[in-house]
Amino acid sequence: MLEPGRPKPKPTPETKHFWDGAKQGKLLLQRCGDTGKAYFPPRPFSPYTGTRNVSVFEASGRATLHSYVIHHRPVPGFTPPYAIAVVELEEGPRLMTNIIDCPQTPEALVLDMQLEVAFTPMDDDISLPLFRPTKGA
Amino acid sequence: MSISGKAYIVGAYEHPTRKADDKSVAQLHAEVAYGALQDAGLNKDDIDGFFCTGAAPGLGPLNMADYLGLTKLKHLDSTDVGGSSYVLHVGHAAEAIALGLCDIALVTLAGRPRAEAMATGTAPRSWGLNVPDDPFEIPYGRTVANAYAMCAMRHMHEFGTTSEQLAWIKVAASHHAQWNEHAMLRKVVTVEEVVNSPMVSDPLHRLDCCVISDGGGALIITRPEIAKSLKRPFVKVKGHGEATKNQNAGYTDLTYSGARWSGPRAFEEAGVKPSDIQYASIYDSFTITVLMQLEDLGFCEKGQGGKFVADGNLISGVGKLPFNTDGGGLCNNHPANRGGMTKVIEAVRQLRGEAHPKVQVPGCTLALAHGTGGLLGTRHGSATVILERE
Repeated sequence: MLEPGRPKPKPTPETKHFWDGAKQGKLLLQRCGDTGKAYFPPRPFSPYTGTRNVSVFEASGRATLHSYVIHHRPVPGFTPPYAIAVVELEEGPRLMTNIIDCPQTPEALVLDMQLEVAFTPMDDDISLPLFRPTKGA
Repeated sequence: MSISGKAYIVGAYEHPTRKADDKSVAQLHAEVAYGALQDAGLNKDDIDGFFCTGAAPGLGPLNMADYLGLTKLKHLDSTDVGGSSYVLHVGHAAEAIALGLCDIALVTLAGRPRAEAMATGTAPRSWGLNVPDDPFEIPYGRTVANAYAMCAMRHMHEFGTTSEQLAWIKVAASHHAQWNEHAMLRKVVTVEEVVNSPMVSDPLHRLDCCVISDGGGALIITRPEIAKSLKRPFVKVKGHGEATKNQNAGYTDLTYSGARWSGPRAFEEAGVKPSDIQYASIYDSFTITVLMQLEDLGFCEKGQGGKFVADGNLISGVGKLPFNTDGGGLCNNHPANRGGMTKVIEAVRQLRGEAHPKVQVPGCTLALAHGTGGLLGTRHGSATVILERE
């Protein structure tokens, strides 16, 4: 369970599937049926072609560390210093997240390192897709 | 349609306050508006075009137009692209004037985040619950500072950029700020002092970040015939470009900014190239902002920004590209958390020959002002103007 204080996402009709999946430990992305390209965050139309020819699919949960910072100032819900990161999913899209099960130091956080998703509950309704170093990588 | 040469900046005023405990935001708008009118030698009732942003109190331009007593307005524009808005407004005002939609445009900016003790850069700021990306960013502790630092980290990784190179940007700004009596930070700093200042959002240190200040500024823009009837030096709008940088549905690239599109548009319209520019006002919310914009504007190759800014290359009288000779956001001020206005104002000062003598670029006839508004690492507006002394 995450420490309290983070702003809590409120599912909308276009994002409900994502948060429902997260609660079940599934990282759900969408794919444009016209181009075959995965995209994120959720939306009910293709950002490439504008059509509704889109589908939901489960991502592998594998990612690499694209960039991060170590924030040293107080933020509600966090004990600084904490790392906020952009990870690149195996399927292509990049998303913002936190890195857990890892010292929050430049020595431990190496760009392009292998990561895996680790869903972490905020409460009974919302789980956030956080990432941790891949075991054995 | 080209706007090149169809409008002139005839009034520019920067509020001297940096902490406005005893003034309202509306009052600051009035003080900068009247300051710019006095500079231009015009009156309130000459204004028929008004430009401001969502940072102004009220609904778009309505409440400020009412408060200022602007009764002759026939053209309004409250396009809000964060701190870059006021650079963009120069372009939009020139377009409106070129089309005959108005004759004399007023652009105002004011704010008092410092007096209000706003946690500007290091606490989460959401633009509203309906912003579609926010639920996928804010819960992870996104702040302004770390949405910029994220770019610095990747830039360092891909191009070998160093903290010391970034520090040179702050060092150059401080060399300029020492001569500005209104600047918040007038002490000249060294590279060592920057890299040894406390970490805010690693890899950005405290001295990689701009100041938080109150204040504001205003501009008056008009058509050539009116400009030439006034007594101020002729500062012509020669080119303008604007763009948005998007996240591209999950395919954001952290190593470049919207300047890669707004810059070439402005240069093409102006008919000049980066090496022709004698002075540049470059948005400096953070040191990395400057470095990436310089690359994207074409002042150096992508990835070479670190080498370009090092060793004093941005210091007036020392380097090849004097920048932010007022001290910029890093040392002088960042009114309302929006630095685009002061970027244009210092460029106007340079072209008029009215910058501080210690930082004035001799014979400055061609200048650039560039702004980035929003978050460098996610989505932002980008605006570039090229101005010429005639």
